[in-house]
Amino acid sequence: MLEVRFHGRGGQGIVTAAQLLAAAAIYEGKYAQAFPEFGPERRGAPVKSYLRIWDRPIYVREPVLNPDVVVVSDLSLFKAENPLEGAKSVVVVNGFYKTPLRTYALDATALAVKVLGRPIVNTALVGAFVKAVEVVSLGAVLKALGKYFQGRLYELNARLVEMAYREVREI
Amino acid sequence: MREALTSNYAAAYAVKAADVDVIAVYPITPQTTIVEKLSEFVSSGELDAELIHTESEHSALSAVLGAAAAGARVFTATSSQGLALAYEVLHIASAMRMPIVMATPARALSAPINIHNDYSDVMNMRDTGWVIYIASSAQEVYDTVIQGYRVAEGVNLPVAVAYDGFLMSHTLEPVELNDEGEVAKFLPRAARPHVLDPRRPVTFGPLVSPDWYYEFKYQQVTAMNEAREWVVKTDVEYGQWFGRSYGLVEGYLLEDADYVVVTYGGAAYGNARAAADLARERGVAAGVLRIRLYRPFPTGEVVKALSGVKTFAVLDRAIMFGSPAEGPLYKDVVLAMYLHGVDKPSLNVIHGIGQRAMYVRDIYKVFQALREGPGRGVMYMGVRP
Repeated sequence: MLEVRFHGRGGQGIVTAAQLLAAAAIYEGKYAQAFPEFGPERRGAPVKSYLRIWDRPIYVREPVLNPDVVVVSDLSLFKAENPLEGAKSVVVVNGFYKTPLRTYALDATALAVKVLGRPIVNTALVGAFVKAVEVVSLGAVLKALGKYFQGRLYELNARLVEMAYREVREI
Repeated sequence: MREALTSNYAAAYAVKAADVDVIAVYPITPQTTIVEKLSEFVSSGELDAELIHTESEHSALSAVLGAAAAGARVFTATSSQGLALAYEVLHIASAMRMPIVMATPARALSAPINIHNDYSDVMNMRDTGWVIYIASSAQEVYDTVIQGYRVAEGVNLPVAVAYDGFLMSHTLEPVELNDEGEVAKFLPRAARPHVLDPRRPVTFGPLVSPDWYYEFKYQQVTAMNEAREWVVKTDVEYGQWFGRSYGLVEGYLLEDADYVVVTYGGAAYGNARAAADLARERGVAAGVLRIRLYRPFPTGEVVKALSGVKTFAVLDRAIMFGSPAEGPLYKDVVLAMYLHGVDKPSLNVIHGIGQRAMYVRDIYKVFQALREGPGRGVMYMGVRP
């Protein structure tokens, strides 16, 4: 079972990011589970979300304690908390910050501002995740994206996912 | 068709498949996304229903009660304070024998304010005469809402479909959706014998003297016993139609289990299964029993499942202050065993209050405690003393 923990700040969309990847896995015939951990519901407050993907039904419903992959949407979170706590192997990070684990980095904020005109980084991080982890296909993610965004918003986010997929680098 | 849905969205898709006529809504976390989705279905024309925005949950339940009295198929949903505010109408709905279906993502009660999951709200409605299911996956929420209409309209009682707030209501999972044409055939619209109709005037819930009140209440007792049969029959037939059924209780590794955790809802059941797996790896004959139908209580099934075990623990997600033991399910299970003359040492565990994180390792510790020396009493897990 692949276990993932997302660290972000309220408003950056990491709950949707986990859901998009879970939906993509489900459309590919796998089993998946995505759920948020809401603290105080404030824009800017640290928030977490969780994702599990497996080829068998998933019944465990505890928070992810030992994630195979950690996704960090904001470098300031490394000061606010320890996103790497219990982490096992891969980190996908918005910003070029090398962690002791295998680190995949991109400037998701700059990409999001360029494509969407707003610093909402979740879909860029989804694109980076698809490249770094290779558990779901880009096509399935774009299908899932269609459930969350329509029209021009879909086109912009789809472009952002693809750009992030191409631009993310292991550092 | 396979979809990726939260339990709240699964409930909304089931309501659409049931082709409900009247929906009354009032927002409260974590229920709100159900009626948001239903609003989308109504505005897009995918569901031809009257959607009524009310000014409170008391009014929302009253509105669907009135619509049901006029013969409509109805739905509403609420949680926590909203369910508490509607408490008066809960009794009226069951006593007037209205086939209402209500989704209830369970949430802690104030004070202090907590938007997160436990079962304080649902346990407060256990004696109100409603049929109460507690589901443990988004798939089961979908299937149970559909089954709920068949049961509600069959026995003329309201049905609540409860499940974990947030831990299920906001968790995305795979859900197999039925063909809606098949659901329409599974839920045929039969003319009800007593509805409000100016051509054949009747009245519901008028004043009765001591001469008659008790008879009405006794009919509710009888109806609850009939409801159990309706739940069984509906679940079996649903399985034949759509390939999924659940029973009144669900067991995990029960056949040869010596030590059993009894519980309800998604998080407790899921993590208890994972804990039983861990215990089995270490040679402990652990098992889990989940209560799916909470009211009417599946007494026979529970006694049968627990008769062969050495000892068991009941994991409750709500507190009955001042009770001999504070867990509501524990009281039901122990009473069921006592009535059947089965005396087993057992433990009541309270956990996950206000969504205090329940870990697999916690429930593993419950299995260890059962093995080391089954006490009687209440264990408060995860709390800072």
